[in-house]
Amino acid sequence: MSEPLLQVDGLCKTFHVAKSARGNTRLKALDGINLTVGRGETLGLVGESGCGKSTLARTLMMLETPDEGTVTFEGTNPFGLRGKELLSWRRRVQMVFQDPFASLNARMNAGDIVSEPWATHRNLYPSSREREARVRELLHMVGLRPSDARKSPQEFSGGQRQRLGIARALALNPDVIILDEPVSALDLSVQAQILNLLNDLQQELGVSYIFISHDLTVVRHVADRVAVMYLGRIIETGATEEVFDHPRHPYTAALMSASPKLDVTGVKRDRIVLQGELPSPLDPPSGCRFRTRCWKAQDICAEVAPEPRVTAAPDGGLRLAECHFPLETVKGLTGATATAG
Amino acid sequence: MKTAAQSVLPGQSRAHEVVLSVRALAVDIRTHRGTVRAVNDVNFEARAGETLALLGESGCGKSMTAKALAGIMDPVCDLAGGEVVLNGTDLAALTPKERLKFAGPELGIVFQDALTALNPVYTVGTQLGEAFRIHRGLGAKEAKVQAIELMERVGIPEPESRVNSYPHQFSGGMRQRILIAMAVALNPRLLIADEPTTALDVTVQAQIMQLLRKLREEGQMAVVLITHDLAVVAEEADSVAVMYAGNVVECGPVSEVFSDPRHPYTKGLLESVPVHVGRGARLLSIAGSPPELHDIPAGCVYQSRCPLVQDICRSERPQLLPVTDRPVNDRPVDDRPVDLQDDADDYAGALLSRPGRAAACHFSEEINNV
Repeated sequence: MSEPLLQVDGLCKTFHVAKSARGNTRLKALDGINLTVGRGETLGLVGESGCGKSTLARTLMMLETPDEGTVTFEGTNPFGLRGKELLSWRRRVQMVFQDPFASLNARMNAGDIVSEPWATHRNLYPSSREREARVRELLHMVGLRPSDARKSPQEFSGGQRQRLGIARALALNPDVIILDEPVSALDLSVQAQILNLLNDLQQELGVSYIFISHDLTVVRHVADRVAVMYLGRIIETGATEEVFDHPRHPYTAALMSASPKLDVTGVKRDRIVLQGELPSPLDPPSGCRFRTRCWKAQDICAEVAPEPRVTAAPDGGLRLAECHFPLETVKGLTGATATAG
Repeated sequence: MKTAAQSVLPGQSRAHEVVLSVRALAVDIRTHRGTVRAVNDVNFEARAGETLALLGESGCGKSMTAKALAGIMDPVCDLAGGEVVLNGTDLAALTPKERLKFAGPELGIVFQDALTALNPVYTVGTQLGEAFRIHRGLGAKEAKVQAIELMERVGIPEPESRVNSYPHQFSGGMRQRILIAMAVALNPRLLIADEPTTALDVTVQAQIMQLLRKLREEGQMAVVLITHDLAVVAEEADSVAVMYAGNVVECGPVSEVFSDPRHPYTKGLLESVPVHVGRGARLLSIAGSPPELHDIPAGCVYQSRCPLVQDICRSERPQLLPVTDRPVNDRPVDDRPVDLQDDADDYAGALLSRPGRAAACHFSEEINNV
């Protein structure tokens, strides 16, 4: 991996909400997030709903202001920027949303939707001729016809709408695109088309992706590295194959195991089925946040929050897992299941 | 905290007996652009203690089929023909009153979105007890006792104190458990589960699937599982019916259909899953999108996206026919039915009978050449 394009250190975000059962009004959605994204790299971000994936995405988009921590983008912290500098920074991080039916304005036509970012970023394509040419080019890049520019969103299918959303994100020539569940609203056959498109665009433009998804099969296919989130923290990161094949954090192992697999051999697997559900982020457990559902939890897990343990993976990359008792000797999931018993 | 996959208990008297038999089911929807056929000539059987998956993408008619089975279609939908035979009685021929009395206790249904399926202004105890009050004539107090027992059965902790809670006070997974409890309250013979885990996180999804398996085995229920997720079908179902544009295009035992698909759509779906290819490699996707119900073409429903399409596909709709057998020798040993694997020599060259395997394609023999 080359030098990181985007680096996040100790990012925290707390929301103030109505009182919870224990009278807590502070919801720590992000609690010390560290991550890096390299140029042209895809970082997969997985975790269950409520773990803070979307808050992280919104914070990176500067839609939320973090309480603590820094974001470094090519050496500058965007949260210190004002005016023109801020505008030029915003151009470089764009987002594609989950729901292609809700994220496009039904009263605009496709051409207007794709060119709307230039209404704010005026000097990017100053003349209308340039803008029109660029819209045609963008539509072509995402596999739509130039004549589609006059259609309204309702005339497109779900997959075509998501292509339109991608074209809009590309309009400002960003360096990073945050893809928030970009294919989860799509049917399987269309999903494959969009994943191929995203792959082609990355090859062509060298853009980095932060790919948020709950579908582990998809993440395994697209991501170079994976970060697993649980209750506002990244509890494990590493190269995709490493994390999937040799999970070190029990939660990662359980997540991998719980996700249904398309295995046509008909052999039924033993699965780790976790008990309980994600605790409320308003009242996170003391010590290790996963201990309430963890089969390896001991007294120390309730008292001391585990420090991230960094190990070197066989491929030379770094592995990080936050656990007092990481699955050390495990070779894949079969081993993990044996430990679980 | 892990649980081994449970196996079906052999030798139970009712196991594998046909509980539900759907024949030539057709559903029409009246729209302002004319009547469209949403479900067309659907046939399948569900057996006790087994799970049948109805697999398809959005708009293929799988949920419409479920609603037709349960008799809860929208007012603009009409049953245009066919039989829904549950335990020897054709539900389609019953009056609504007869149907309520007969199918109420025999057929349970679980919906995808538990929050909209539950009534927000009644406690879960009231809603769980409803079945007992209506069908068993129990009083409110007795029904509540039954409701608590049910909540225990589906794994809701502290049922005595939670029976008076309202649906919004439960988490998504617990709401789904309540919905399942309502469906199995009267020990039905048939359970229809319409995307029961789509709205849930994977770890909770695994819990719910485990619960459904447990209930299926305890009560020897036949389960019709409606889903768009191939992996869920591979893990949970015994047999599968693949639907496309209102038609069943292929059916059979899951392991056979998935390892040797005989319809180009099934094959295309399987290839769209990013699991067989290396990371970042090109996925084989199905070009185009399903036809609108308003203009389903004459001939094969899949013709516009099919790589094998010929003239006959445009003129003549293929029937769902048993797939032609292939000689044993043409197939790898692991792929043969278990009883043939040991003494493959005796059966060398023999034709395999494939019970339940059928495909609606003129060229189902040539699928592997796609």
